[in-house]
Amino acid sequence: MSHSETHDPRRTWEDGLTRVPYWLYRDRDVYDAEQKRVFQGPTWNYLCLEAEIAEPGAYRTTFVGEMPVIVTRDEEGELQAFENRCAHRGALIAIDDGGKTRDFACVYHAWRYDLQGNLRGVAFQQGVNGKGGMPPGFRMEEHHPRKLRTASVAGLVFGSLDEDVPPIEEYLGDEILERIERVLCKPVEIIGRFKQTIPNNWKLYMENVKDSYHASLLHVFFTTFNINRLSQKGGVIVSETGAHHVSYSKLSHQPQPNTEYSTEKLRSNKEGYALADPSMLDGCDEFGDGVTLQILSVFPGFVLAQIQNTIAVRQILPAGIDKTVLNWTYLGFADDTPELRRMRLKQSNLTGPAGFVSMEDGAVGGFVQRGIMGADHEQAVLEMGGDGIETQDNRTTEASVRGFWNAYRGYMEI
Amino acid sequence: MAEFSQERLGNLNAAYVRCIDNDEVEAWPAFFEERCLYVVTTADNYAAGMQAGMIYADTRAMLQDRVSALREANVYERHRYRHIVGLPCVLGTEDGAARVETPFLVVRIMRDGQTEVFASGRYLDRVVEGVDGQLKFAERIVVCDSQNIDTLLAIPL
Repeated sequence: MSHSETHDPRRTWEDGLTRVPYWLYRDRDVYDAEQKRVFQGPTWNYLCLEAEIAEPGAYRTTFVGEMPVIVTRDEEGELQAFENRCAHRGALIAIDDGGKTRDFACVYHAWRYDLQGNLRGVAFQQGVNGKGGMPPGFRMEEHHPRKLRTASVAGLVFGSLDEDVPPIEEYLGDEILERIERVLCKPVEIIGRFKQTIPNNWKLYMENVKDSYHASLLHVFFTTFNINRLSQKGGVIVSETGAHHVSYSKLSHQPQPNTEYSTEKLRSNKEGYALADPSMLDGCDEFGDGVTLQILSVFPGFVLAQIQNTIAVRQILPAGIDKTVLNWTYLGFADDTPELRRMRLKQSNLTGPAGFVSMEDGAVGGFVQRGIMGADHEQAVLEMGGDGIETQDNRTTEASVRGFWNAYRGYMEI
Repeated sequence: MAEFSQERLGNLNAAYVRCIDNDEVEAWPAFFEERCLYVVTTADNYAAGMQAGMIYADTRAMLQDRVSALREANVYERHRYRHIVGLPCVLGTEDGAARVETPFLVVRIMRDGQTEVFASGRYLDRVVEGVDGQLKFAERIVVCDSQNIDTLLAIPL
């Protein structure tokens, strides 16, 4: 979308990454352009876990942006993905969350597709009793839902509608790839799925995910128990174009003097607040590197988070200008001891829609969405940690949020 | 041998939801045994045998921590619930505990007056008689019918 395409001279955005005009979160043309240029553009979108489609014939229904998608494992064991849209009248081909099948038949007129999304059967193609039917020139191979390229990284299945999207390893870059593989280092088991619908534009949620500055200020639970003080060792890794990021910290169980928090009397530094049952925090260093928190995002809408021994992936899907769906999948490893699995269950309290350190994220985007009503020509300020998108060894920075906008401006040509 | 009449179980649920809906959640952990299990999950997860919960507590102290976090730590817009619970159905008794299933509906009332159905589902309970003669939850699995939570889940169900 070029500047001229917006047809509205008031819809301007100055160069650089330190200002974000609020109309970006409220504009229908922007939303529609994002579907085409970002989600259906040369990006990799998270579809599902390989563990969810382990066997030939297994499938899941999912989304790329708003577009419904079926992802399958075919008879040869290859990952396939195609639009969940019948080539006949556009109805959903699969109307379940997933399962196992030999093929798919659209319920409307029983057009039948194989596991690669090829049309294999048209009901009554030759008519009935010699009457009706498709014209002789109808070719099934000319009709099929759009097919996606698929790629798998550490058991995560991604899809792209773009023929020219770079290979997934190149798209992610070594630093991001390494940190995905750090967590997803062996076969996983799904231990729960939750969906959360939040009342704001999808970009506000992605910014929140990438915003390492807010974590210990909004989420007081972390701060109080020394899980996430900004003064602890940690940092932010921003990929080359800013599209992806990793924020991490290492936990010190020793309380640290922290004058910045106390002198500014920040809300997140309450005195004398202790857990009645601290067993939830008795996790183990299962990856052996002392990193107790790693939040990783892949543009445009994927998050892998490790918080102590909780491991969860999030699929972020736009569902309207001011509505976003988060699909949470909680993971364990197939070789978990009963004790470690129980610890994951206890620590699941930290994350998700009711998470001690994440529930605020479900609401704060809505506070912005409502706060900016009538302020299309005002703009957000992103100057914490400078104006760049470089990797930093501290988390008092908005570098990775600026990185999001750098990538976004590139895809949107805006 | 404890008596698990529908009237006693109904009174237990009436007191439980009154405690939450009247914003007296400090009294909520006392409805549970010291060693207990309280999980908020979904019908899909429950049917699939997936154990993770949005909320997961295996001690009464963890429930107290939920209350402390609700009061002291977590940030959310002011809202309240109205629980409507159906009749408890006793599925069986064994080892002095009753397995009970009770349907519920929770309406959420936001600060601005917006009122909507927030959750529906069933409580799958294991109820015992505590040393004080009161019925307590040894287990309360909150199985929400929907997999979706709107915005956030702060107040317990």
